[in-house]
Amino acid sequence: MKARVHVTLKPGVLDPQGKAIAHALQALGFDGVNEARQGKVIELDLADDVAGDPEAVRARVDDMCRKLLANTVIETYRIDLDA
Amino acid sequence: MKSAVIVFPGSNCDRDVAVSLERTTGHAPLMHWHGDSALPEDLDLIVIPGGFSYGDYLRCGAMAARAAVMPAVRRAADRSVAVLGICNGFQVLCETGLLPGALMRNRDLRFLCKDVYLRVETTDTIFTSHYGPGQVIRIPIAHHDGNYVADLPTQCMLEDEDRVVFRYCDAGGKTTDEANPNGSLDNIAGILSEERNVLGLMPHPERLADPRLGGTDGQPLFASLLEALS
Repeated sequence: MKARVHVTLKPGVLDPQGKAIAHALQALGFDGVNEARQGKVIELDLADDVAGDPEAVRARVDDMCRKLLANTVIETYRIDLDA
Repeated sequence: MKSAVIVFPGSNCDRDVAVSLERTTGHAPLMHWHGDSALPEDLDLIVIPGGFSYGDYLRCGAMAARAAVMPAVRRAADRSVAVLGICNGFQVLCETGLLPGALMRNRDLRFLCKDVYLRVETTDTIFTSHYGPGQVIRIPIAHHDGNYVADLPTQCMLEDEDRVVFRYCDAGGKTTDEANPNGSLDNIAGILSEERNVLGLMPHPERLADPRLGGTDGQPLFASLLEALS
Protein backbone atom coordinates (compact mmCIF):
# COMPACT_ATOMS: atom_id res chain seq x y z
CA MET A 1 0.00 0.00 0.00
CA LYS A 2 1.14 3.54 -0.77
CA ALA A 3 0.48 6.58 1.36
CA ARG A 4 0.93 10.08 0.06
CA VAL A 5 1.38 12.84 2.61
CA HIS A 6 0.81 16.44 1.49
CA VAL A 7 2.47 18.94 3.82
CA THR A 8 1.55 22.60 3.44
CA LEU A 9 1.99 25.73 5.49
CA LYS A 10 -0.95 26.60 7.71
CA PRO A 11 -3.20 29.37 6.44
CA GLY A 12 -1.86 32.68 7.67
CA VAL A 13 1.76 31.55 7.86
CA LEU A 14 3.72 33.75 5.46
CA ASP A 15 5.26 31.69 2.65
CA PRO A 16 8.16 33.66 1.12
CA GLN A 17 8.84 30.94 -1.46
CA GLY A 18 5.20 30.82 -2.55
CA LYS A 19 5.26 34.60 -2.86
CA ALA A 20 8.33 34.43 -5.14
CA ILE A 21 6.61 31.76 -7.26
CA ALA A 22 3.52 33.94 -7.67
CA HIS A 23 5.73 36.88 -8.70
CA ALA A 24 7.59 34.73 -11.22
CA LEU A 25 4.31 33.49 -12.73
CA GLN A 26 3.16 37.08 -13.06
CA ALA A 27 6.47 37.98 -14.76
CA LEU A 28 5.87 35.16 -17.25
CA GLY A 29 2.57 36.71 -18.19
CA PHE A 30 0.25 34.46 -16.18
CA ASP A 31 -2.17 37.02 -14.83
CA GLY A 32 -4.75 36.25 -12.23
CA VAL A 33 -2.66 34.18 -9.80
CA ASN A 34 -3.80 35.62 -6.51
CA GLU A 35 -1.48 33.55 -4.38
CA ALA A 36 0.89 30.56 -4.58
CA ARG A 37 1.60 28.34 -1.58
CA GLN A 38 4.47 25.87 -1.73
CA GLY A 39 4.36 22.57 0.07
CA LYS A 40 5.83 19.11 -0.24
CA VAL A 41 4.62 15.62 -0.99
CA ILE A 42 6.09 12.59 0.78
CA GLU A 43 5.29 9.18 -0.71
CA LEU A 44 5.48 6.16 1.57
CA ASP A 45 5.58 2.62 0.29
CA LEU A 46 4.25 0.56 3.18
CA ALA A 47 5.17 -3.08 3.72
CA ASP A 48 2.37 -5.61 3.49
CA ASP A 49 2.48 -6.41 7.19
CA VAL A 50 1.96 -2.70 7.94
CA ALA A 51 -0.77 -2.21 5.37
CA GLY A 52 -4.15 -3.67 6.20
CA ASP A 53 -7.13 -2.01 7.74
CA PRO A 54 -7.16 1.45 6.08
CA GLU A 55 -8.16 3.16 9.31
CA ALA A 56 -5.25 1.57 11.17
CA VAL A 57 -2.87 2.58 8.36
CA ARG A 58 -4.19 6.10 8.39
CA ALA A 59 -3.72 6.33 12.15
CA ARG A 60 -0.17 5.06 11.79
CA VAL A 61 0.72 7.56 9.05
CA ASP A 62 -0.94 10.31 11.08
CA ASP A 63 1.40 9.40 13.94
CA MET A 64 4.36 9.63 11.52
CA CYS A 65 3.20 13.10 10.46
CA ARG A 66 2.94 14.36 14.01
CA LYS A 67 6.28 12.87 15.06
CA LEU A 68 8.38 13.79 12.02
CA LEU A 69 6.89 14.51 8.63
CA ALA A 70 5.18 17.81 9.50
CA ASN A 71 6.00 20.56 11.96
CA THR A 72 2.53 21.24 13.28
CA VAL A 73 3.62 24.63 14.63
CA ILE A 74 3.62 25.97 11.08
CA GLU A 75 2.41 23.16 8.84
CA THR A 76 -0.71 21.16 8.21
CA TYR A 77 -0.95 17.82 6.38
CA ARG A 78 -3.30 15.63 4.42
CA ILE A 79 -2.97 11.86 3.97
CA ASP A 80 -4.05 10.00 0.81
CA LEU A 81 -4.01 6.19 0.78
CA ASP A 82 -3.71 4.12 -2.42
CA ALA A 83 -4.71 0.50 -2.20
CA MET B 1 31.76 24.05 34.63
CA LYS B 2 31.44 20.88 32.58
CA SER B 3 30.11 21.27 29.05
CA ALA B 4 29.37 19.13 26.02
CA VAL B 5 28.93 20.04 22.37
CA ILE B 6 26.63 17.72 20.40
CA VAL B 7 28.07 16.95 16.96
CA PHE B 8 25.76 15.96 14.10
CA PRO B 9 26.68 15.10 10.53
CA GLY B 10 26.77 18.56 8.97
CA SER B 11 27.54 20.54 12.14
CA ASN B 12 30.16 23.14 11.23
CA CYS B 13 30.36 25.49 14.20
CA ASP B 14 31.04 22.78 16.78
CA ARG B 15 34.78 23.51 16.94
CA ASP B 16 34.26 27.30 17.02
CA VAL B 17 32.05 27.05 20.08
CA ALA B 18 34.44 24.53 21.64
CA VAL B 19 37.27 27.07 21.29
CA SER B 20 35.14 29.80 22.87
CA LEU B 21 34.18 27.51 25.76
CA GLU B 22 37.73 26.36 26.37
CA ARG B 23 39.09 29.92 26.31
CA THR B 24 36.43 31.01 28.80
CA THR B 25 36.36 28.06 31.16
CA GLY B 26 39.86 26.66 30.78
CA HIS B 27 38.38 23.24 30.00
CA ALA B 28 37.74 21.71 26.62
CA PRO B 29 34.11 20.59 26.27
CA LEU B 30 33.18 17.01 25.59
CA MET B 31 32.48 16.58 21.87
CA HIS B 32 29.52 14.19 21.88
CA TRP B 33 28.49 12.32 18.72
CA HIS B 34 24.72 12.44 18.09
CA GLY B 35 24.38 8.67 17.74
CA ASP B 36 25.46 8.05 21.33
CA SER B 37 22.26 8.16 23.37
CA ALA B 38 24.02 8.37 26.75
CA LEU B 39 25.15 11.79 27.96
CA PRO B 40 27.19 12.19 31.15
CA GLU B 41 24.92 12.98 34.11
CA ASP B 42 27.15 15.71 35.55
CA LEU B 43 27.04 18.22 32.68
CA ASP B 44 26.38 21.89 33.43
CA LEU B 45 25.95 22.98 29.82
CA ILE B 46 24.95 21.31 26.55
CA VAL B 47 25.55 23.18 23.28
CA ILE B 48 23.73 22.37 20.04
CA PRO B 49 26.03 24.05 17.53
CA GLY B 50 25.45 25.77 14.21
CA GLY B 51 25.73 24.08 10.86
CA PHE B 52 23.56 22.18 8.44
CA SER B 53 22.77 18.97 10.29
CA TYR B 54 21.62 16.24 7.91
CA GLY B 55 21.87 18.71 5.01
CA ASP B 56 18.73 20.49 6.26
CA TYR B 57 16.71 17.55 4.90
CA LEU B 58 12.93 17.68 5.42
CA ARG B 59 13.16 20.88 7.54
CA CYS B 60 16.15 22.59 9.14
CA GLY B 61 16.88 20.74 12.36
CA ALA B 62 14.11 18.17 11.85
CA MET B 63 16.34 15.11 11.53
CA ALA B 64 18.75 16.20 14.27
CA ALA B 65 15.81 16.74 16.62
CA ARG B 66 15.05 13.00 16.32
CA ALA B 67 18.68 11.86 16.78
CA ALA B 68 19.52 9.22 19.37
CA VAL B 69 21.06 11.72 21.80
CA MET B 70 18.08 14.06 21.90
CA PRO B 71 16.01 12.27 24.57
CA ALA B 72 19.03 12.64 26.87
CA VAL B 73 19.27 16.35 26.00
CA ARG B 74 15.58 16.74 26.82
CA ARG B 75 15.98 14.94 30.15
CA ALA B 76 18.97 17.15 30.99
CA ALA B 77 16.97 20.28 30.12
CA ASP B 78 14.17 19.01 32.39
CA ARG B 79 16.78 18.71 35.18
CA SER B 80 17.62 22.42 34.62
CA VAL B 81 20.93 21.75 32.85
CA ALA B 82 21.73 24.79 30.67
CA VAL B 83 21.17 24.19 26.95
CA LEU B 84 22.44 26.64 24.31
CA GLY B 85 21.35 26.27 20.69
CA ILE B 86 23.07 28.50 18.15
CA CYS B 87 21.71 28.92 14.61
CA ASN B 88 21.01 25.33 13.47
CA GLY B 89 20.97 24.55 17.20
CA PHE B 90 18.07 27.00 17.65
CA GLN B 91 16.25 25.28 14.78
CA VAL B 92 16.85 21.89 16.44
CA LEU B 93 15.53 23.14 19.80
CA CYS B 94 12.35 24.44 18.14
CA GLU B 95 11.92 21.12 16.31
CA THR B 96 12.24 19.20 19.58
CA GLY B 97 9.69 21.46 21.25
CA LEU B 98 12.16 22.60 23.91
CA LEU B 99 11.55 26.11 22.57
CA PRO B 100 8.27 27.40 21.09
CA GLY B 101 7.77 28.59 17.52
CA ALA B 102 9.64 27.71 14.34
CA LEU B 103 12.27 29.11 12.00
CA MET B 104 11.27 29.58 8.38
CA ARG B 105 13.00 30.63 5.16
CA ASN B 106 14.36 34.21 5.33
CA ARG B 107 11.91 36.85 4.17
CA ASP B 108 13.88 37.72 1.02
CA LEU B 109 14.83 34.05 0.39
CA ARG B 110 18.58 34.82 0.51
CA PHE B 111 21.23 33.15 2.60
CA LEU B 112 22.49 35.92 4.88
CA CYS B 113 26.10 36.07 6.06
CA LYS B 114 26.93 39.36 7.75
CA ASP B 115 27.27 41.12 11.07
CA VAL B 116 24.07 42.44 12.61
CA TYR B 117 23.26 44.50 15.68
CA LEU B 118 21.35 42.93 18.52
CA ARG B 119 19.74 44.56 21.54
CA VAL B 120 20.05 42.62 24.77
CA GLU B 121 16.42 42.51 25.92
CA THR B 122 16.97 40.85 29.27
CA THR B 123 19.99 40.33 31.48
CA ASP B 124 17.98 38.20 33.92
CA THR B 125 19.41 35.00 32.43
CA ILE B 126 22.39 32.75 33.00
CA PHE B 127 23.40 33.55 29.39
CA THR B 128 23.36 37.35 29.45
CA SER B 129 24.17 38.56 32.98
CA HIS B 130 27.48 40.00 31.76
CA TYR B 131 25.74 42.30 29.28
CA GLY B 132 24.04 45.57 30.21
CA PRO B 133 20.25 45.95 29.91
CA GLY B 134 19.47 47.25 26.42
CA GLN B 135 23.10 46.95 25.38
CA VAL B 136 23.63 46.91 21.62
CA ILE B 137 26.10 44.30 20.43
CA ARG B 138 27.43 43.29 17.02
CA ILE B 139 27.26 39.56 16.22
CA PRO B 140 27.47 37.67 12.89
CA ILE B 141 24.55 35.80 11.35
CA ALA B 142 24.89 33.07 8.70
CA HIS B 143 21.61 31.40 7.84
CA HIS B 144 18.96 30.76 5.21
CA ASP B 145 16.16 29.90 7.62
CA GLY B 146 16.18 32.32 10.53
CA ASN B 147 12.76 33.86 10.13
CA TYR B 148 11.22 33.25 13.57
CA VAL B 149 7.48 32.63 13.60
CA ALA B 150 5.06 31.92 16.44
CA ASP B 151 1.36 32.38 16.96
CA LEU B 152 0.02 35.38 18.83
CA PRO B 153 -0.50 33.63 22.20
CA THR B 154 3.12 32.39 22.06
CA GLN B 155 4.39 35.85 21.15
CA CYS B 156 2.47 37.40 24.07
CA MET B 157 3.70 34.69 26.43
CA LEU B 158 7.36 35.27 25.44
CA GLU B 159 6.92 39.00 25.96
CA ASP B 160 5.02 38.72 29.26
CA GLU B 161 7.49 36.21 30.70
CA ASP B 162 10.58 38.24 29.68
CA ARG B 163 11.78 35.40 27.46
CA VAL B 164 12.89 37.38 24.40
CA VAL B 165 16.64 37.65 24.97
CA PHE B 166 17.88 39.33 21.77
CA ARG B 167 16.20 41.45 19.10
CA TYR B 168 17.65 42.60 15.78
CA CYS B 169 18.18 46.37 15.86
CA ASP B 170 20.12 49.16 14.19
CA ALA B 171 23.38 50.61 15.52
CA GLY B 172 21.38 52.93 17.75
CA GLY B 173 19.37 50.10 19.29
CA LYS B 174 16.11 50.75 17.42
CA THR B 175 14.29 47.54 16.43
CA THR B 176 13.16 48.79 13.03
CA ASP B 177 11.94 46.68 10.12
CA GLU B 178 15.04 47.71 8.13
CA ALA B 179 17.22 46.28 10.91
CA ASN B 180 15.35 42.97 10.74
CA PRO B 181 17.50 40.84 8.42
CA ASN B 182 15.22 37.84 7.94
CA GLY B 183 11.66 38.91 8.69
CA SER B 184 11.53 37.45 12.19
CA LEU B 185 8.40 38.15 14.17
CA ASP B 186 8.89 41.27 16.29
CA ASN B 187 12.66 41.30 15.36
CA ILE B 188 13.17 38.27 17.64
CA ALA B 189 16.70 36.82 17.40
CA GLY B 190 16.81 34.67 20.53
CA ILE B 191 14.41 33.24 23.11
CA LEU B 192 14.42 31.35 26.40
CA SER B 193 12.48 28.34 27.63
CA GLU B 194 9.92 28.76 30.40
CA GLU B 195 12.44 27.63 33.01
CA ARG B 196 15.02 30.05 31.50
CA ASN B 197 17.70 27.33 31.19
CA VAL B 198 17.37 26.80 27.41
CA LEU B 199 18.43 29.58 25.01
CA GLY B 200 18.13 29.46 21.25
CA LEU B 201 19.48 32.23 19.02
CA MET B 202 20.22 32.59 15.32
CA PRO B 203 23.33 34.85 15.59
CA HIS B 204 26.73 33.33 16.33
CA PRO B 205 28.32 34.71 19.54
CA GLU B 206 31.16 32.17 19.22
CA ARG B 207 32.28 33.85 15.98
CA LEU B 208 33.04 37.16 17.69
CA ALA B 209 34.58 36.12 20.97
CA ASP B 210 38.22 36.82 20.21
CA PRO B 211 39.84 40.17 19.28
CA ARG B 212 41.68 38.45 16.45
CA LEU B 213 38.33 37.71 14.83
CA GLY B 214 37.45 41.40 14.81
CA GLY B 215 35.36 41.70 17.95
CA THR B 216 34.50 40.32 21.35
CA ASP B 217 30.79 41.10 21.68
CA GLY B 218 30.04 37.39 21.92
CA GLN B 219 32.41 36.79 24.81
CA PRO B 220 30.14 38.04 27.65
CA LEU B 221 27.67 35.24 26.83
CA PHE B 222 30.31 32.64 27.66
CA ALA B 223 31.51 34.65 30.68
CA SER B 224 27.91 34.78 31.95
CA LEU B 225 27.61 31.00 31.67
CA LEU B 226 30.93 30.48 33.44
CA GLU B 227 29.83 32.64 36.36
CA ALA B 228 26.39 31.03 36.60
CA LEU B 229 27.50 27.42 36.25
CA SER B 230 30.80 27.26 38.16
